[in-house]
Amino acid sequence: MNYLLPVIQRIFYAVMLLVAVLILNFSMLHLAPGDIADTIAQASGGASPEMMAQIRQDYGLDQPFLVQLGQYIGKVLTFDLGYSFFYNQPVTTLIFEKLPATLLLVITAQLLALLLGVFLGVFSARNPKGIVSYLVTFIALFGYAAPVFWTGILLLIAFSLKIQLFPVAGMIDVTVEGGWFVRALDIARHMVLPVLTLSSIFLALYSRLCRASMMEVLGSDYIRTAKAKGLSERQITYKHALKNSLSPVVTLAGLQFSAVVSGAVLVETVFSWPGLGTLALQSIIARDTPTILGILFFSALVVIVGNLITDLVLRLIDPRVGKSS
Amino acid sequence: MKRVLASLIGASVMAMAMAPVVQADDHKMGGTLTMAIQQTPRHLNPAVQSGTATGAPGAQLFAAPLRYDENWDPQPYLAESWELSEDSLSMTLNLVKNATFHDGAPITSEDVKFSVETIQANHPFKTMFAPVESVETPDAHTAILKLSQPHPALMLAMSSQLMPIIPKHVYGDGQDPKAHPQNSENVVGSGPFKLVEFVRDQHVILERNDDFFMEGRPFLDKIVMRIIKDASARTIGLENGELHMVAFENNVRNINRLKKVDTLDVSPDGYAAIGPIDWLAFNTKKGKTADKAVRQAIAYAVDKDFILKAIMLGAAEQANAPIHPGSPLSDNAVNAYDVDLDKANKMLDDAGYAKGDDDMRFELTIDYGWPALKPQAEYLKAALKKIGIAVTVRASADFPTWAKRISTYDFDMTWDTVFNWGDPVIGVHRTYQSSNIKEGVIWSNTQQYENARVDELLEMAGKENDPAKRKELYAEFQAIVAEELPVYWTNTLPYHTISNTSVGNPPRGIWATSSPLDRVYLK
Repeated sequence: MNYLLPVIQRIFYAVMLLVAVLILNFSMLHLAPGDIADTIAQASGGASPEMMAQIRQDYGLDQPFLVQLGQYIGKVLTFDLGYSFFYNQPVTTLIFEKLPATLLLVITAQLLALLLGVFLGVFSARNPKGIVSYLVTFIALFGYAAPVFWTGILLLIAFSLKIQLFPVAGMIDVTVEGGWFVRALDIARHMVLPVLTLSSIFLALYSRLCRASMMEVLGSDYIRTAKAKGLSERQITYKHALKNSLSPVVTLAGLQFSAVVSGAVLVETVFSWPGLGTLALQSIIARDTPTILGILFFSALVVIVGNLITDLVLRLIDPRVGKSS
Repeated sequence: MKRVLASLIGASVMAMAMAPVVQADDHKMGGTLTMAIQQTPRHLNPAVQSGTATGAPGAQLFAAPLRYDENWDPQPYLAESWELSEDSLSMTLNLVKNATFHDGAPITSEDVKFSVETIQANHPFKTMFAPVESVETPDAHTAILKLSQPHPALMLAMSSQLMPIIPKHVYGDGQDPKAHPQNSENVVGSGPFKLVEFVRDQHVILERNDDFFMEGRPFLDKIVMRIIKDASARTIGLENGELHMVAFENNVRNINRLKKVDTLDVSPDGYAAIGPIDWLAFNTKKGKTADKAVRQAIAYAVDKDFILKAIMLGAAEQANAPIHPGSPLSDNAVNAYDVDLDKANKMLDDAGYAKGDDDMRFELTIDYGWPALKPQAEYLKAALKKIGIAVTVRASADFPTWAKRISTYDFDMTWDTVFNWGDPVIGVHRTYQSSNIKEGVIWSNTQQYENARVDELLEMAGKENDPAKRKELYAEFQAIVAEELPVYWTNTLPYHTISNTSVGNPPRGIWATSSPLDRVYLK
């Protein structure tokens, strides 16, 4: 019970937060001048007044603001995110159609960044003055500082054009035919560059944080005790020090989950990765309000759930968390 | 201009001498063409969705009565012949007899009638079939379009981009054709290719229609249209051979870079009917730009050469008139307003806008519709400073924001790109006719330009069937608007088709990829 109460409290806050996000997003989008009728006119190369009035009527855009808002919240409460103006498809269908691609990209990139970051962090913490340590820091910071689309384009030029190893865009090659293994291999080939690009931002964060945290832990008394006991260097590093220095890294990974969704917008655009990011960009450009709202709602949901999970995982890794409160 | 003239003269000679040679071109059958398109189409039915995003796959899925060659000459397509009555009030289309839809049903005059009616009711270009009062169907293979007045624009309107023939037994089932589920999947078309799969933001896959009514066509087995929005990715894809072709490329840096690649053909040909023109539009009703002298002075201060060389990097053509220079009806010889700062300053002095203490006369704002036009807006600020006009560049967050400003007349000047869409009646008249001043509608006469003679000339040209007389009427119209300058045309949009040298017969006709790709092959 003691364990559950704060969780229930947090879920309640999360729901309130979601409603607030919904109202705020809806109001802000409503304030922007122009609407979907203009973008349909743009995609059509022109329009007539009758056609634009018809579009506004079809999508209920001629209703007063509060009526529209009320209708929208009512629909979302029944898990209906509405209909995309641009694609004439339910928004939920669109999001779930795109979600697997984004999850595949984001989770792989996060795992890669996390594993590599922790490894590099530990490595450079053990030899903080070594040349390799500086090199790691340099590469990591470079990846963090460089705009992600630029990294993507550089990787494309290097590994698609100069050395023709990987494809430039997309997730699958439709001309490839074969069983699931061949197709999985094809997807993996398409994934390499976007995953590298996306993980380049997080690598610096994780490796720097892990390094700092490791160095702090390595200087503490119980490590000295462990050394005095005659444990091997390896045992001390991985069994005693690493376990204790991981919790800030995990916290950050959880918090970064939201940034991964936003970072994915750019990476997906550069590599034409057919995920949520591409959908988000397309719907923003087209002022496809239901789709934008749906994606924002969904992202808020992901962030809130991500934070909840982080909290729970931390309690598992570090028993001190939660006991004090 | 020279190029156009030469090709026009060359065309008539070639049409006679070379017709059989073109037929016997040395093509290969089979293969998969991979091309990139920049945008995701809303759906694939051009009858109810205008624009080139739907046009490219749409023209493969659906056939039209006519098709056009590089010289604006109509060719038989679904209509094996056509005939305009002597009073120019009825157009008879004789359909090919063996044509079938992708589901095997025959294509009949009933489908032509249904297609015209669907387009009339749902397509945004109201003027292209406005005079069509009814479609008569005396037999299964004869359709007669009855007109309320002579309507020469009908000829270009009968192309794939604007008049796809859709099956009545599929789209006439009572559902709203704009939201019909078969616009995106299980499309039943009439064209050279059938739909395999359309995945939003990923690709459109088309396969050969083995029962296509034109013997031996299409040459390709498959076309894969990959949707790649990022210009760098498209460029690299062309360079490394992953893509055979990209049309509608207008990123001038990438175009110029690709011109140097040996394995690629880079061509500006094929966009004359689509006819995109960049221009500077003025609010002719409000503020200082309501004064013709101010508009002309601004025109004299803008150096088109600078725009062509520094912004378009030599990839675009100069435009001086409302009709695209690639069109036979264009009169690009009107006043081009070659840069002349002294004249511009004098005009403003004479008009009573004396320079103040800060060397400035007055202030204006400039808008632009999308990021690609930003350099022009920035340039205008610098150019007009020289004649004492302080310009504020107003960015817009996105297209609807800009469209709202312009269509509610909350602007002084704006850069814009507007398409001709074939015949001037479809894409040119709308900008200059006083009857088309329609608040809230972008790409209507948002300049609020009114001139009774222009209205009269456009009205007459719209129903003049004699090409020479029609050209004269349009010449007078172009001279008037070039003098009064509701908009100041600067250049064509640098659309290019980039194809691998292994691609035979890349689309060079006036409708680019919004035309059937049935003659394209892989060497």
